[in-house]
Amino acid sequence: MSTTQASPASDKLPPHEPVPVLSLRGVSQDFPGTPVVRALRRTDLDVASGDYLAIVGPSGSGKSTLLNQLGLLDRPTAGEYRLRGVATATASEKVRTVMRARHIGFVFQSFHLMPHRSVLDNVLLATLYSGVPRAERHTRAMAALERVGLGHRTRFMPTTLSGGERQRVAIARAVVTLPDVLLADEPTGNLDSASSAAIMDLFDELHGDGLTLVVITHNSDVAARAGRRVQIIDGHLAELP
Amino acid sequence: MASEHPRDRFGLRDAFAEAVAGVGARTGRLLLTVLGTVLGIAAVVVTVGLAQTGANRINERFDAVGARHASAEPATRDNAQGEAQVLGSLPWDAAARAERIAGVRAAATISTVDTDGATITSVPVNDPSAAPRSSPAVLATSPHLLEAVGGTLSQGRFFDSGHDERADRVVVLGVDAAARLGVTRVATLPSVFIGDEPYQVIGIMDSTERRNNLLSSVIVPDGTARADFDLSKPQAVEMLIQVGASPVLIDQLPVALAPTNPNAITVNAPGKPSSVQQDIQSDVYVVFLALGGVALLIGGVGIANVTLLSVMERAGEIGLRRALGARRRDVAAQFLIESVIVGGLGGLIGASSGVAVVAVVSLMRQWTPVLDLRMVLAAALAGAIVGLLAGLYPALRAARMEPVAALRSGL
Ligand SMILES: Nc1ncnc2c1ncn2[C@@H]1O[C@H](COP(=O)(O)OP(=O)(O)OP(=O)(O)O)[C@@H](O)[C@H]1O
Ligand SMILES: [Mg+2]
Repeated sequence: MSTTQASPASDKLPPHEPVPVLSLRGVSQDFPGTPVVRALRRTDLDVASGDYLAIVGPSGSGKSTLLNQLGLLDRPTAGEYRLRGVATATASEKVRTVMRARHIGFVFQSFHLMPHRSVLDNVLLATLYSGVPRAERHTRAMAALERVGLGHRTRFMPTTLSGGERQRVAIARAVVTLPDVLLADEPTGNLDSASSAAIMDLFDELHGDGLTLVVITHNSDVAARAGRRVQIIDGHLAELP
Repeated sequence: MASEHPRDRFGLRDAFAEAVAGVGARTGRLLLTVLGTVLGIAAVVVTVGLAQTGANRINERFDAVGARHASAEPATRDNAQGEAQVLGSLPWDAAARAERIAGVRAAATISTVDTDGATITSVPVNDPSAAPRSSPAVLATSPHLLEAVGGTLSQGRFFDSGHDERADRVVVLGVDAAARLGVTRVATLPSVFIGDEPYQVIGIMDSTERRNNLLSSVIVPDGTARADFDLSKPQAVEMLIQVGASPVLIDQLPVALAPTNPNAITVNAPGKPSSVQQDIQSDVYVVFLALGGVALLIGGVGIANVTLLSVMERAGEIGLRRALGARRRDVAAQFLIESVIVGGLGGLIGASSGVAVVAVVSLMRQWTPVLDLRMVLAAALAGAIVGLLAGLYPALRAARMEPVAALRSGL
């Protein structure tokens, strides 16, 4: 049992050290089936505020499973996950939903924009659920779109935009609620290299503004931009130099 | 997180706006979705509309005759032997008393006169051996009979109060009685004989709206009947009244006619359409409302199906909303409201089409369309309720989706 010695480090941290934004302790996720899929195995991970973390690994290794845990989209089979110091593994659905809305922003590989709604509406959608005051919603959405360089596209429909522009709309939607952490699952997976570079530049800027970023990627250029890299192989997570 | 306002978190207003946008994004499908509801609501509206229009026509006819005539007579009660026993009596000035009541335009007493078997002929009876032939009936009335029963004369005049007071031997013949007695022209001053006594024919009555037996009778003034045939009291009062005067009449006439014993007077005054008419109407209502109900049920199933399909198609959107912080109930509310909107739209469209059909049918038949416009609102509401019921299951399915699985299905 080599894992027994991997006792949680953060419990012994001196009180003056900052609490990590995200903290996984022994988190596992099994998917039922024959045989059971052990997508994540006893994972420990701390992400500090302002970190820029890249997650790499082969297909099917458990990267998305990990990200879904970090985003409170799924509950761990075992272990504890603290978001901003709050234990979430067995928290109520309501608490998890509120924390997700307030502290997490998502960016997906396939953008996930609502095709029948304008660019502005797509960004506004995130403000509905996170408690942004009604009076501020529009201003904040416009500001977020300006931030990603799409202030001139607010009335466009997503279907008329390029892939890179669509992903920037999705990023605007993710940051409009001022989350603590941005979680991105292969954000450049559907983009050409020029568009990818633009997205990576945007991530650098957001990181420069103090946003914590966790990005899954197959792209080594993308991974190289991150200050910190971890690799998952077959559900096991390991820090890369 | 300086600006967290829990109260501004996804509320009913947001759910409604999202639902409207969701419905609006799929207008092509909308028409298909609401078809059943449109048909169901339209069927109900057409049914009720035509029934109301038809009822109105029945009422119009009813008003034309029934609602303007009333009568009164002494009340009867079955005695121990099962024979009808007359409880009260009418005074000789019953017609005048009735006419003093507001809403009574004209009144006349009517009584059957017992002539003690006297034959009625147009020539003196001079052959006692001749087999007695059946004679026309003799009726006694007061002078305003024509107005009271809506009758008309083809010849001559009706007797007046002078004839009545003097007990003049004058008669007015019903048109059938005149034919039977061979009287054709009043101008020749013909007489008819009741027994041996001659009575001058002063008029021939050729139509009436009430008491059709008048046309086959010999009509004499009350005063004459009292003098010649010992008529003891009038048997009934006929009245022409204003539409809507019934309640007043029912209230006041018995007291006017029998102040000491108003219960002894029975008033027959028009009320609501007869129960027969109501029965017919309610049968029609039931059949068509049942048809409309079935159509609505089918419409509801249609909405439920399409909404469920829509939920499955929009799994990615549901996953996205959950990722953005939507609770299960927020998702359920959105889809439920979408379904209510679709049902309500179906109700509105159906009600409008129904109104159009009623209007066109009425136009073709030259009827006056009668439609309670509140019904259109009620129809839209009914559609919304159908939508609500139809949306329950799809909304539940949407709420139950797991965010990760939903997200995987893409947008
Ligand atoms: N809901 C599920 N039920 C069963 N197995 C699952 C489920 N979700 C993921 N898996 C399995 O868990 C493993 C990890 O999946 P995951 O999606 O995390 O991989 P990934 O690293 O994101 O791969 P990729 O790079 O292809 O996206 C895979 O073997 C996958 O088949
Ligand atoms: Mg993945």
